Amino acid sequence: MFNLINPDGSVRDRLPVTLDEMKDLYAAMVEARAYDDKSMAMQRQGRLATYAPFRGQEAAQIGAGAALRPGDWVAATYRDAALNWMAGYPWRLLILGRTGDERGGQVPEDVYVLPPSITVGGHMIHAVGLAWAEKLKGSSRIALTSFGDGATSEGDFHEAMNFAAVYELPTVFLCQNNGFAISYPTVEQTRTETIAEKAEAYGMPGVRVDGNDVVAVMVAVKEAAQRARSGKGPSLVEALTYRIGPHTTADDPGRYRDEAEVTLWEEKDPLTRVRRLLERSGAWSLQWQQTLETQASQGIESAVAWAEAIPIPEPGTLFTRMYAEPTPPLLEQAGEATHG
Amino acid sequence: MAELNIAQALNGALDTALSADDRVVLLGEDIGRAGGVFRITDGLRERHGAQRVIDTPVAESGIVGAAFGMAVAGLRPVAEIQFLGFSYPAYDQVVNHVARIRNRTNHRFTAPMVVRIPFGGGIGAAEHHSESTEAVYAHVPGLKVVVPSTPRDARGLLLAAIEDPDPVIFLEPIRLYRAVKEDVPEIYYKTDIGPIRVERTGTDISLISWGAMMKETRQAATSLEQSGISVEVIDVRTLTPLDRDGIVASVSKTGRAVVVHEAPLTGGFGAEISATIAERCLYSLQAPVARVTGWDTIFPLKRSEHHYLPSVDRIVSAAERTLEE
Repeated sequence: MFNLINPDGSVRDRLPVTLDEMKDLYAAMVEARAYDDKSMAMQRQGRLATYAPFRGQEAAQIGAGAALRPGDWVAATYRDAALNWMAGYPWRLLILGRTGDERGGQVPEDVYVLPPSITVGGHMIHAVGLAWAEKLKGSSRIALTSFGDGATSEGDFHEAMNFAAVYELPTVFLCQNNGFAISYPTVEQTRTETIAEKAEAYGMPGVRVDGNDVVAVMVAVKEAAQRARSGKGPSLVEALTYRIGPHTTADDPGRYRDEAEVTLWEEKDPLTRVRRLLERSGAWSLQWQQTLETQASQGIESAVAWAEAIPIPEPGTLFTRMYAEPTPPLLEQAGEATHG
Repeated sequence: MAELNIAQALNGALDTALSADDRVVLLGEDIGRAGGVFRITDGLRERHGAQRVIDTPVAESGIVGAAFGMAVAGLRPVAEIQFLGFSYPAYDQVVNHVARIRNRTNHRFTAPMVVRIPFGGGIGAAEHHSESTEAVYAHVPGLKVVVPSTPRDARGLLLAAIEDPDPVIFLEPIRLYRAVKEDVPEIYYKTDIGPIRVERTGTDISLISWGAMMKETRQAATSLEQSGISVEVIDVRTLTPLDRDGIVASVSKTGRAVVVHEAPLTGGFGAEISATIAERCLYSLQAPVARVTGWDTIFPLKRSEHHYLPSVDRIVSAAERTLEE
């Protein structure tokens, strides 16, 4: 397994990032965690629909996001808010979406991130199609799709991997192996030892990285992205990580896993190890940490305030966003819905 | 102007679209080298290249899902699924993504794409090759479902579907591919998606159908006309969005309606049309609406096909019963 930063903050090798870049990656993970914590709290207060927390997976998502260029496509899951945010999806729209508002899916024109796919696995092939279009257009943009270990059991995984490989499409497959498909452990889902080795069957490179090591993930995804951009086709990156929280706010993980296992993974926390690394370099202080947390929290709070201030959609909007122009049957129904 | 059958008209429309718009790409199983199972894409790979007329692995979900990604990224993909009975692996993509992306993103991302699917029975094909499950697509909000039954409409509707800013399920009646010929303009023209086509005007009864059953419906109309009955024949040709006004206008005039489709009765799209008539012009009706449809059975294999397919006689009898009221 490819790894650069150990849980105690020591490094395996010289890191290909500057200290400032390291601090930026850390700050991004702190901000992502603030979003995750806030979302969990809001869901408990009934202010958000079901929420799927990514606690423990910040390095995998922030590292992958940091490896992309502006204009690259991202097709990810409901647990990938941190990745989507790194790729340009504003927190305020992510929150608006989770309050139950389709306008949360209306990303700005210069953002190329699809709103989260809720069904499992169907979105991987979308990245393949997006990459295909870019290849046909002759652009240098690539597409990254993120999915969990559970999605690799879907037939869609096979079709997406095969299509991407057959046509040498500029696609990066990022599997965040977080240990569980809701309650079903990864080790029971597959007979292969790793997800990464499945790449071989498709004729593409596959690599397993320490998914809690933000720099290792960034390096691996950058390499895959570079390969894609230079016309050499797709790659699979397996980021081995762990879902510290429940599957969603509707889940009780106590039914299927030991608390001891969670504790073990908490010791490998992706934020803690970078903080330790920065401490070792003399680049971390409690004051800086507090500043980061305050700024993150303020940013998230203002995004929440913005989203919650958006008025509930008018009933007519149900009908106007179905087609470019509402069809006659929809116009008729809209009339009934809005005038009773 | 050239005299073409539906298969030729579709081939010509795809050729025209590929020439007119660089964003148009075709993808599907055996559509390149082989020219498609029904030869609808014959010669297009040679003319437009393997990059734009793409042979794909056997993976319907992959084909439609990849076409979706292409469409979101600005291309105009036209996917082919070989038979309607093979489209269900892609149904998840169609229902959960293709039909929804505009709504999910409040117009930010859209899927201007066409999924062409041959459908219907009557050619003695193997199991799964004779399905008429158009209603399962017509029931999905966010799609348009189009069914031509003439060469002219085939060309005009396909060009309109490719230009449409929203996803279109384009169902091609297998039995009619080579059954009828007519003069088809070679120019680029579009036939509006939506309006029904009144194929014959009449005053005594409306026969309403679409797709392959238009053939038997036309024959039934001719037979009824020989008995002195004035028959209006309607080719619905767009199932969604349904031209309710067009149907209601016809039935309000004739006071009698027979709806004909090859799909099974229960939950068939004829129920939607029948209900529309009942809701909007009940008091114009001289007789209850009749439906002549396939049975609520699995579509039979070759030796029993004729037991299943609605016959001209069944349509004529239904019309006569309706006229007796």
